[in-house]
Amino acid sequence: MSTIKTMALSVTAAAVLSSSAAFADCGIKGNANVSILGNDFPALHAVFSAAEQCAGNGVTVTKNHNKDYKDLMVPALSSSPAEYSTLHVSNATLVTLMNDGLVRPLDDLIEKYGSGLNKAQLVTVNGQVMAVAFMANAQHLFYRSDILNQVGVKADQLETYEQVLAAAKAIREAGIMEYPVALNTKAGWNLGEEFVNMYLGTGADMFMPGTAKININNAHGIATLNMLKSLASYSHPDFLTFDSNATQALWEGDKLALATMWGSRTAGILDDEGSSEKVVNNTDFASAPTFNEGTVPASSLWWDGFAVAKNVSDADAEASFIAMMNGISTEMVQANNDVATWLVKGYKPSKAAKGVTATAMNGASPYPMLPFMGALHGAAGSELTDFLQGNESAEQALADMEAAYTVAAKEKGFL
Amino acid sequence: MAHRTFFWFIIPSLAAMILFIAFPVISVITQSLHVEHEKVLIVSENCGPFGCKQITSIDVAATAQLKSDQPLGRFSGFDNYTNRNHLAFDEVVLAWQSSQSMSAFVKKLLNLPFYKALSFTLTYTFVVTPLVILLGLAIALGVNALPKFAKGPTIFVSLLPMIVTPLIGSLILFWMIDGDGVIGASIQYFFNDPNLSLKASPVLTWMMLIVYGVWHSAPFSFIVFYAGLQTVPEDTLEAATIDGANRWQRIRYVVIPYMKPLVVFITLMQLMDNFRVLEPIVSFASEASATSLSWIIYKDLTSDTQLFGSAAATSILTIIGVAILLLPVLIRTWRDFSRTAH
Repeated sequence: MSTIKTMALSVTAAAVLSSSAAFADCGIKGNANVSILGNDFPALHAVFSAAEQCAGNGVTVTKNHNKDYKDLMVPALSSSPAEYSTLHVSNATLVTLMNDGLVRPLDDLIEKYGSGLNKAQLVTVNGQVMAVAFMANAQHLFYRSDILNQVGVKADQLETYEQVLAAAKAIREAGIMEYPVALNTKAGWNLGEEFVNMYLGTGADMFMPGTAKININNAHGIATLNMLKSLASYSHPDFLTFDSNATQALWEGDKLALATMWGSRTAGILDDEGSSEKVVNNTDFASAPTFNEGTVPASSLWWDGFAVAKNVSDADAEASFIAMMNGISTEMVQANNDVATWLVKGYKPSKAAKGVTATAMNGASPYPMLPFMGALHGAAGSELTDFLQGNESAEQALADMEAAYTVAAKEKGFL
Repeated sequence: MAHRTFFWFIIPSLAAMILFIAFPVISVITQSLHVEHEKVLIVSENCGPFGCKQITSIDVAATAQLKSDQPLGRFSGFDNYTNRNHLAFDEVVLAWQSSQSMSAFVKKLLNLPFYKALSFTLTYTFVVTPLVILLGLAIALGVNALPKFAKGPTIFVSLLPMIVTPLIGSLILFWMIDGDGVIGASIQYFFNDPNLSLKASPVLTWMMLIVYGVWHSAPFSFIVFYAGLQTVPEDTLEAATIDGANRWQRIRYVVIPYMKPLVVFITLMQLMDNFRVLEPIVSFASEASATSLSWIIYKDLTSDTQLFGSAAATSILTIIGVAILLLPVLIRTWRDFSRTAH
């Protein structure tokens, strides 16, 4: 149902930061209050804990990890002064905050304190840096090399979804698994994400340029739906209830051979909990496949980062920025290397990051940062189920989705 | 009671009702007649970890100006009620005109989110409510016939389904019916079909939700009936026994007529509760097969794009729905009341 929070929950390789250094001089001058809001997964625990070490000497740092941070953030930042001075954001949530003007440009702070950042970490909108990204995530291919060996499929033969389907067919026909494939296709947010990912693989835009008018009821949309349905035919009939927790459990339970799942799940699968040696040793990752002769992977790239609230004093904003910079320091990354695909200098990509890195290298698009994207995502999540269950045509499903989006976008004032 | 005394007697609850019921309803009605401001869009360059791109974003300053001019949003009349995501007047008319047969029309109707939700909500309400009453009465009669020492523990165990929070109770059942869960695996074994899944088809999902609903609500009707059974006059029952009535006849001709006011009470409560079914749909992840009106409201308020006007319109439609459902029962009660009063 919700964004990155569900993706990364099972990353259990969280390294515990040494808490012996209760007070580190981060260079915050004077008294200031830093309060941080964010999602609840191991990589963020590492970041926030490192930021917390700036407390002391007149500076207070408090943090709130909350799975429902998305529901809290708008009201909490709307008050003046804001309840939180800085918060965790992603492609999708930054847009929501910017829609209401709740976060401040960071250019001056970056000039003063941001010398250690990669240029790629700076998220700029309209010439102003609005957020600093520190980790990446994407859905990509997971495969079982032992099972693919049995049916004679090599790893480099999984570059397109058409090839994935052929491999799935071979696995079914060999009698190894009846339902070897899974995607996170739970009706709602997850299914919407699969639609967006697959559609991005066509390389086409989802909106008429410069407007909020939806543009998916076309050949690209039909190709997208047909591919989702073909994949679903190799998924267990329960596929409309599959979220990240469900697919990870199936994978760890030796019930899948090919799956498209979040990169943040890799560490949880590779650890020594919840699965058998056979599954762990034979699990490997690859870029999200392309499809329909497209050139870019059918997936979207996500980043997680931080932004600073607008409705706080400049002193608190400055202190918050310094504390968060301490939170995403190279030392923090080195201590927590395998927890995430970090975008920070000093990160050494491990096997767990292989899929996300390959997907990014192959040129996958970032998840669109458009103010009306949420409405499209929601419409896809609820209007496509009839088609996937075989109750209506692709054309009808796309028309329904278009209609549902249009009503929501009108109500939000975009059309 | 003199009118004056009555007035002073009732004023605290009247004040509370106005404050906590009437005002919120009025505010929801107001909300449902408005949509958000027009958003002023600008095209700008957006850069991030994965490169730069031209994107459309909101001109916050210009939009804030619109907002302060009209804090409530744009007045939209009944648009929120009649648009496709609610009563969908235009779409229904179109479906009617373009359909050759009734079944084609119904299929098109159920493709619209509101009517899809309504169809499950009504089915759920009208199947669960009578089953809950029958099952509750049966359990109450059974428990009442138990020897005294067994009654306490039996009552406690019978009440458990109601004690478990709906969200948790339905989640537990959801896991149990999974192919790897105890119920799901048993059913697969019983029907000798390793791929049978209770979550996969709409029909089975509806059945699961209804079974859950009965399981959850039966204790409520049981405990009300059980309390009622304690007040059935012994004399009448004895007289019936002497007249040669067997156990079934005593229940049919003495106990049930005596319980009638309780049946009305439970019916009212259950119609209201079941019409607002929400938790099992969330826990069962049944969005693809079954939705309800309350679930639509929940979705509007929790998704990435919060639709307050839309949620308010569905809320008002739910209130109207409950009122329509309760009307027959209320009219009947009123008639009975007037008859006894005069």
